[in-house]
Amino acid sequence: MLHRSWPAEGVTRVPYWVYQDAEIYAHEQARIWRGRTWNYLCLEAELAEARSFVTTFVGDMPVVVTRDANGALHAWENRCAHRGALVAMQARGTAERFTCIYHNWSYDHAGNLASVAFRNGIAGKGGMARDAKPESQAPKQLRVASLNGLVFGTLSTESRSLEDYVGPEILPRLKRVLRKPLKVLGSYTQVLPNNWKLYMDNVKDTYHASLLHLFFTRFRINRLTQKGGVLVSKDGAHHCTYTEMVEDQGDAYEKDGMRSAGSSIPQFRLEAPELLEQVDELGDRVSIQILSLFPGFVLHQIRNSLAARQLVPKGVDRAELHWTLFGFADDDEAMTRRRLLQANLVGPAGYISMEDGAATGFVQRGVAGSPERASVIEMGGAAIGSGDSRITETAVRGLWKAWRAHMEI
Amino acid sequence: MESLARPHGNLILSTSKSGTDHDFLLQTTVERLHARYAHALDSDRLEEWPRLFTEEGTYRVTTAENEERGLPAPVLYAEGRPMLRDRVASLRHANIYEPQRYRHIVSSVLVEKLGAEQARSTANFLVVRIMQNGDTLLFASGRYVDRIALAPEPRYEERVVICDSRRFDTLLAIPL
Repeated sequence: MLHRSWPAEGVTRVPYWVYQDAEIYAHEQARIWRGRTWNYLCLEAELAEARSFVTTFVGDMPVVVTRDANGALHAWENRCAHRGALVAMQARGTAERFTCIYHNWSYDHAGNLASVAFRNGIAGKGGMARDAKPESQAPKQLRVASLNGLVFGTLSTESRSLEDYVGPEILPRLKRVLRKPLKVLGSYTQVLPNNWKLYMDNVKDTYHASLLHLFFTRFRINRLTQKGGVLVSKDGAHHCTYTEMVEDQGDAYEKDGMRSAGSSIPQFRLEAPELLEQVDELGDRVSIQILSLFPGFVLHQIRNSLAARQLVPKGVDRAELHWTLFGFADDDEAMTRRRLLQANLVGPAGYISMEDGAATGFVQRGVAGSPERASVIEMGGAAIGSGDSRITETAVRGLWKAWRAHMEI
Repeated sequence: MESLARPHGNLILSTSKSGTDHDFLLQTTVERLHARYAHALDSDRLEEWPRLFTEEGTYRVTTAENEERGLPAPVLYAEGRPMLRDRVASLRHANIYEPQRYRHIVSSVLVEKLGAEQARSTANFLVVRIMQNGDTLLFASGRYVDRIALAPEPRYEERVVICDSRRFDTLLAIPL
């Protein structure tokens, strides 16, 4: 049993041991990643062909995602029933069958053990006993569901349906973006020098966006004085924040003497502002929408940049963020070019995202000597819920409400 | 640096040299451009970086995996000097990142002449990142695939930085 207990204040305090404790990390693997959550696996567009596959992770667990000969999607643990070796070692491809290189045991696209090499021995000698049950250690098969081109999997038989899991607050915001078949434009991985939850904290923290990311404010892309809002699912687990396209004329930042105000360099303007030109392709004048699903998925629309981000924990103090940038299958050349230019806004070199890895790494380093101290999460009070102000940490508190429920802490 | 390199820019265009001399001069010209590029970035003279490109010069950082899959999305992309200057301005005035330096090691430079005033180059690079606390990391390795305008002086018309790995540690602030 875990010996940790949560501060009496509730989710307005987040104790720093949550980012440091190896026992907590192991518990999360079982209760969250392999528990009653739906985990993003890949885009359906990455499995366009019959018999194709990609490899990914659910928490620490390596997973193969496939499309079988009949077009059905499957996901299963990338672990041979025999000795536990990886079955698929390539990142992606097509395969008739999946064969473990170690002893040639093979699997079908659903992850069923199809053959055991020399099972009956040779010439009556060797092999397995007739009543041997190697299938008893077969790789776990995930329940798979796809939602508007996103493929999710769950390892728990107790998970609700994917749509119920996402819930009525967030589901329309996801469907708002993913309205047509997708086309993959590229992918890369950003290594985060921090516990995975610090990244989810950051994504859900609407308060930091225009304070940390100065590019936003300098060019008035997003200030908290612009219209927008935050939506949080009832269980706190998922969130969505959005900003409308109206260019802000206010000077709240300048009045407060904020570091991120533009006034210290009044002439600072982009020489090539076409980089930011947005076409209102979704027709609702939203310029930025960031949506997160517990435990580790983010969907962003930043102007015309669209991407799925998959968070993969890699130990107590490290995580990987797998970015997949995409467009729609029917994009014309001009739209693709716009998306490629706006790729500059996101990722490890992103004008408005490069600081995230640094800031969350600073927290990991800053709290090293204080496992028993706690974050103060009181912007917007103590409530968890939707609203039209982003000067709030409501979605961050939601994350911790959901985390505590899964972890029973 | 500009004045050192400039006189050599036109040398390869002179006609009084033998073929071997031409090859040698072209090789030297291209390697000198790569060296100026590396030193500008490693010495924090970012403002010089856009000037190593032609006015319409493009700069794209991508990964070997995306190149092999034929996927166009860049990690970083600029079309023309104004966008390159915007990148520098943003690094200087908007983006926040921990103090860090790079050390570029550029080697195995293959050069191919494309015409009187153009060359193609492929070179290997290693970039070591040094943080202020001393942490030294092999940050990136890969290839520079370049199209270079030789006149009026050597400049990149196109520089594609193809990183061997799909993984980037924390952030990519200073250009590769």
